[in-house]
Amino acid sequence: MGIISRGFGGRRRESLPGLPPGQYLTHDFPVLSAGPTPRIPLDRWKFTITTETGEKHSWDWKEFTALPAEEFTVDIHCVTKWSKLGTTWKGVALDTLFEDVESAADYTMAHSYGGYTTNVPLDDLLEGKAWLVYEFDGEPLHPEHGGPVRLLVPHLYFWKSAIWVNGLQMINEDEPGFWEAGGYHMYGDPWREQRYQGD
Amino acid sequence: MKNRISWRVATVSSARWETASARTLVLDVPDWPGHLPGQHIDVRLTAEDGYTAQRSYSIASAWTPAPSATGAGSAGAPGTVELTIQRLDDGEVSPYLTDVVEPGDQIELRGPVGGWFVWREKQTAPVLLIAGGSGIVPLMAMIRARGEARGRQPFRLIYSVRTPEDAAYADELRLRVRENPGLDVHFVYTRKAPDGWPTPPKRIDVAAINSHGWPPDFQPDCYVCGPTSFVETAADILVALGHDPKRIRTERFGGA
Repeated sequence: MGIISRGFGGRRRESLPGLPPGQYLTHDFPVLSAGPTPRIPLDRWKFTITTETGEKHSWDWKEFTALPAEEFTVDIHCVTKWSKLGTTWKGVALDTLFEDVESAADYTMAHSYGGYTTNVPLDDLLEGKAWLVYEFDGEPLHPEHGGPVRLLVPHLYFWKSAIWVNGLQMINEDEPGFWEAGGYHMYGDPWREQRYQGD
Repeated sequence: MKNRISWRVATVSSARWETASARTLVLDVPDWPGHLPGQHIDVRLTAEDGYTAQRSYSIASAWTPAPSATGAGSAGAPGTVELTIQRLDDGEVSPYLTDVVEPGDQIELRGPVGGWFVWREKQTAPVLLIAGGSGIVPLMAMIRARGEARGRQPFRLIYSVRTPEDAAYADELRLRVRENPGLDVHFVYTRKAPDGWPTPPKRIDVAAINSHGWPPDFQPDCYVCGPTSFVETAADILVALGHDPKRIRTERFGGA
């Protein structure tokens, strides 16, 4: 236990089963990003999975939205301590996108319009654990929140859910992405409070 | 590496009000490793029964170099970190830090964190700082760092506040504009302007950023910090004016 701060009682905000340690509940939807919001016209949008051998699998907007989509409700957790419970999204499971992809690589680097990157192990994207989403709460995903399409990996801190995503690069060795290179944790499990390197 | 980010005990050495709802805590952190302006820290408070709460706050003070083992009389000298905390009335941590904490009290912190929204003395480009409300804090750290290093990089600050009374660091900014050549400050008042102000209160707009920022062909480094909607607006205007999105760094904050 840490040192006690005199006179601090805390407000004992909601202590809910869905709330990882150190997180507090928010009802609004804060935005976190490192630069201006890019506006990507749908007729120019494209998503590409590139394997470690350089093989490319691409979808344009029409092809992507023709894929079987799911509506689902999950909790999301930001490293800046807010969590939002019961958020509803619509998108394509990564399992669907990886159906025809042949790869022996264990890691991926997500790339975004605007240059953002983040690393995620492939196992954390498959078996119903991650989606490319394009609707939030029944509405097209707003550019502020990563629209037209963002990655959603709800079991990891939200910085792993790359906004404005446009590609996944398969890599054999794990490499740090944008925030990871700046000292954030390589994996980012909110339940183990993996915020920074060494956590 | 592991210790770089461990929790440290900080002792409040003094505190002062910047506005009616924002207070600066000066913290002694004996083993502080130093920081860059723009970085933030995590604060952890622990109640007597073990309940804890954590929040992130931007650092307000200029960098503090790591104490050098051979430093002139400063070996082992305590590091100092200043935080300016805006009270959020429904917050759990900020009202404690603004209204309860007194000099001598201890809190825990760790950091510094963040290597993107920072300004380094070796950057030579002109700098445009755009602050909305308490978004001024990390930008003030940059202004102070430039001032203390006697930097000559041209700096412009556009600072949006509701009323003149809501401007933190107002006296220090006035002083620095006089004493730190190459620093300009322009206020945008959204609710109430001072007597004699040439324009009625209004939100930050293209005209304000065009008139008081740098032209895009000067290739300034832009830092925008404030509430989400403010940052969205200001960053969109910068892009529309022709600034390279890669030179625009943003930091947005929510509540609590």
